[in-house]
Amino acid sequence: MIGFTLRRLGQGLLVMAVMSTLVFVGVYAIGNPVELLVNPQADDAERARATAALGLDKPLTAQFATFVVRALQGDLGRSFVYNVPAIQLILDKLPATLELAAVATVIAIVIGIPLGLVAGLKPDSWLGRSIMAGSILGFSLPTFWVGLVLIMVFSVKLGWLPPNGRGETAMLLGVPVSFLTLDGLRHLAMPATNLALLKLSLLARLTRGGTREALLQDYVKFARAKGLTPGRVIGVHVLKNIMIPIVTVIGLELGSVIAYAVVTESIFAWPGSGKLLIDSINQLDRPVIVAYLLVTLAIFVTINFVVDVLYSFLDPRVRLAAAPAH
Amino acid sequence: MKVPAAIVEEALPDASPVAVQGPWRRFATEFAESRLALAGLALLAAIVIVAVAAPIVSPQNPYDLAQLDVLDSKLAPGEHSSSTGMTYWLGTDDQGRDMLSGILYGLRISLIVGASSTLIALALGLALGLTAAYFGGWVDTLVMRIADIQLSFPAILIALVLLALMGQGAGKIVAALVTVQWAYYARTVRSAALVERQKEYIEAARGLALSRARIVFRHLLPNCLPPLILVATVQVAHAISLEATLSFLGLGLPITEPSLGLLIANGFQYLLSGTYWISFYPGLALLATIVSINLVADQLRDVLNPRLRR
Amino acid sequence: MSDPVLQVEGLRTHFFTREGVVKAVDDVSFAIGRGRILGLVGESGSGKSMTGYSILGLVDPPGRIVSGRVMLEGRNLTDLSPSEWRKVRGNRVAMIFQDPMMTLNPVLRIDTQMVEAVRAHRDVTRDEALERCRAALERVGIASAGERLRQYPHQFSGGMRQRVAIAIALLNQPALIIADEPTTALDVTVQGQILAEVQALCRDSGTSLVWITHDLSVVAGLADEVCVMYAGRIVESGSVDEILDRPMHPYTRALLDSVPARNAPGRPLAQIRGMTPSLMRLPPGCAFRERCSRAVDACRADPAWRSPAAGRGLRCVNPLP
Repeated sequence: MIGFTLRRLGQGLLVMAVMSTLVFVGVYAIGNPVELLVNPQADDAERARATAALGLDKPLTAQFATFVVRALQGDLGRSFVYNVPAIQLILDKLPATLELAAVATVIAIVIGIPLGLVAGLKPDSWLGRSIMAGSILGFSLPTFWVGLVLIMVFSVKLGWLPPNGRGETAMLLGVPVSFLTLDGLRHLAMPATNLALLKLSLLARLTRGGTREALLQDYVKFARAKGLTPGRVIGVHVLKNIMIPIVTVIGLELGSVIAYAVVTESIFAWPGSGKLLIDSINQLDRPVIVAYLLVTLAIFVTINFVVDVLYSFLDPRVRLAAAPAH
Repeated sequence: MKVPAAIVEEALPDASPVAVQGPWRRFATEFAESRLALAGLALLAAIVIVAVAAPIVSPQNPYDLAQLDVLDSKLAPGEHSSSTGMTYWLGTDDQGRDMLSGILYGLRISLIVGASSTLIALALGLALGLTAAYFGGWVDTLVMRIADIQLSFPAILIALVLLALMGQGAGKIVAALVTVQWAYYARTVRSAALVERQKEYIEAARGLALSRARIVFRHLLPNCLPPLILVATVQVAHAISLEATLSFLGLGLPITEPSLGLLIANGFQYLLSGTYWISFYPGLALLATIVSINLVADQLRDVLNPRLRR
Repeated sequence: MSDPVLQVEGLRTHFFTREGVVKAVDDVSFAIGRGRILGLVGESGSGKSMTGYSILGLVDPPGRIVSGRVMLEGRNLTDLSPSEWRKVRGNRVAMIFQDPMMTLNPVLRIDTQMVEAVRAHRDVTRDEALERCRAALERVGIASAGERLRQYPHQFSGGMRQRVAIAIALLNQPALIIADEPTTALDVTVQGQILAEVQALCRDSGTSLVWITHDLSVVAGLADEVCVMYAGRIVESGSVDEILDRPMHPYTRALLDSVPARNAPGRPLAQIRGMTPSLMRLPPGCAFRERCSRAVDACRADPAWRSPAAGRGLRCVNPLP
């Protein structure tokens, strides 16, 4: 178990290293780093100063070394627009995004999995079919369009929910969160639902597929032959089997939820790191883009690593692979 | 249920007097079992036809500035032009462009970008996947590692970053979409090819000393097609959706070739004041396209899934 | 037979598929007494497994029991409601399946899967149930049963897993066990062990056993009575000695002859010409007619089930002399 964990950790770090190198190459070697890292409004004299300050006149290997050293210290340049360290900007906005992603994931799980179970148990019923049709709709609808419609209906026509912003926040462990205040919840409702829709549909479909396949397996027949109630057959035997791939997917998709938050944050003007990214791209604030990239990368690698370890925990065949059968 | 399937299969001996349906007919029959999928197919066909015929079918060329009357801007659906008297069935946007025409042209662009990026990604992924499967060893490991790493990051992120670095333009969007998609095809092809490679008919072909290329093209390839078609169908919808999202965020196609995403983005600012149609109807068109593709893909998946064989 | 544990009368289980109706079980009748072992023999597709499932009520759509009765300890099972069925399954009648790897849930521990079988039918505490399970495992010859209980199925070998399945079947002291080819997936040496152990267990506990198999040699050493199935019907039945020494149905004879051990060395192996018919398109009359060397015109009519001698059943109009 320890060996497995360490191997995965090593792999994760390797990926980080490779990807950081790629980012470096993309920005410094291929792109014109002066263009990318210096304020476009700078005049020639400033550019010359910046070039020297950034060490861009040094050989590439030296630049890479500086980059790595600085990155490990958390220095990823300063934002052109706000003139603060880019990393600080990102970390300030990250909690908002993470909260949005977390709430969206919870919504997707709490609604998606039961719906999928029902659809898998009764695939030919009216309910099962409508759930499947609904799920197709759910992941076909582009996220931004759903957001639009939500705003149209709930803000413009009905006036129930605010269309943008985060509202009041409360402090939890030194971090501002929205779900602890009523106003915060009102602001959270639409963006979180919007973000959840895609994952919800995917989870429902996954659960349905898994349930349908599981029901065909011999162990289900055997469980019924033992005289177990349907509740136990499904709730214990089927569920435990399908949970493994589902949990894996949830974990892996968590990163995707954080990424898609970019769109939702743009529509609902949710002040998270996603909105920061889009704004930065539009404002050509390149250091922030680079910082966002590296931070997100780190988050992803961490998530993948955690999911891998969790998976081995859940599936006894993987965990006990070293133990011989006798 | 496994048991009756076994019984039915064993119960049908080879010399059955009943005419055996050819594989294509059987495929078509099974596909047609879902009325929903058929409806999706019909809708998709209609959309494609209309989009291809856009210059002929649409009432106005929305990019010909001579045809626009800016006084007609932001007219609600169903209202008439004050100058030409034509009916704006879906309203006009802030520049006086007919929404219906805009949508038809936009559909065209969205479909072209989606389809072309899918095809290129398919070709690229197919080539890489087959190569990896056939040569094995370090080639295989290298290609698959790259694919795996790329697939572990969400498409939208990769696309965003690429476009941020490369700038705007149709070619760049297609490039970004291809970069994001190729790995799916490569992985699918490689798994299918690996399974096929173990099978005996490949050994037989090898035994006959057929050239490698021939083995790959004539033997491996046709058997990898079903999963590939499935992935491609789903991916077209993804590509269209992704392009629309990117355009919406302002990173996609330039204003001179607006896809549906850009049209939607245009109308977003007017949403809160009640002028909904500038965003809503392009959105519906986008929705119809994606939903119809997904309906078809869904049934395709059920029909092609060996584990649900009835 | 006085007071049989199981009495099957005119059982018909049909599958209503898109391509037609498959008559998997077509008018099957037999009975077993207490503590007796019945061998149900037939090739693949003869309907023997489906007979077993029908007795347990585990026939899923598109199949269902169309007619007939299954009397277990005097009670007609085909009339039962789903909740009544659940009280019978795993309790009065238990089943052992062919592939133990697939029948044990791979992600649940052995003790979980055994304890739930006990507590579904007996009101005992978990510890009491665990103790029962431990004892059951020891009875089927699994050493260090206490540790084994906390393991997962993939940590057992094939033979051990099947022993676990047998232990589970015996947990609630059923009156009847239905074993569906339980040794087919195992090595021959293990097969022999399990056969002997199962036989002993049944004799000791007075449990009746239906052993479904395609292998006549298994039946020879194990069963008291034999029923031979072909194309969904029982074609012959009787005590094992009589069936093996003096078969009356041409199919039974052909089955016996095709066992390689019975063949004189050097001579070509005997085969039954032709193929098993499609269960959807059974020829009218005797299903074996087209492959039978003794077929006559009268075989074109459905042969009736009759009793040519005491304790024997036969469905043939031109039996072996």
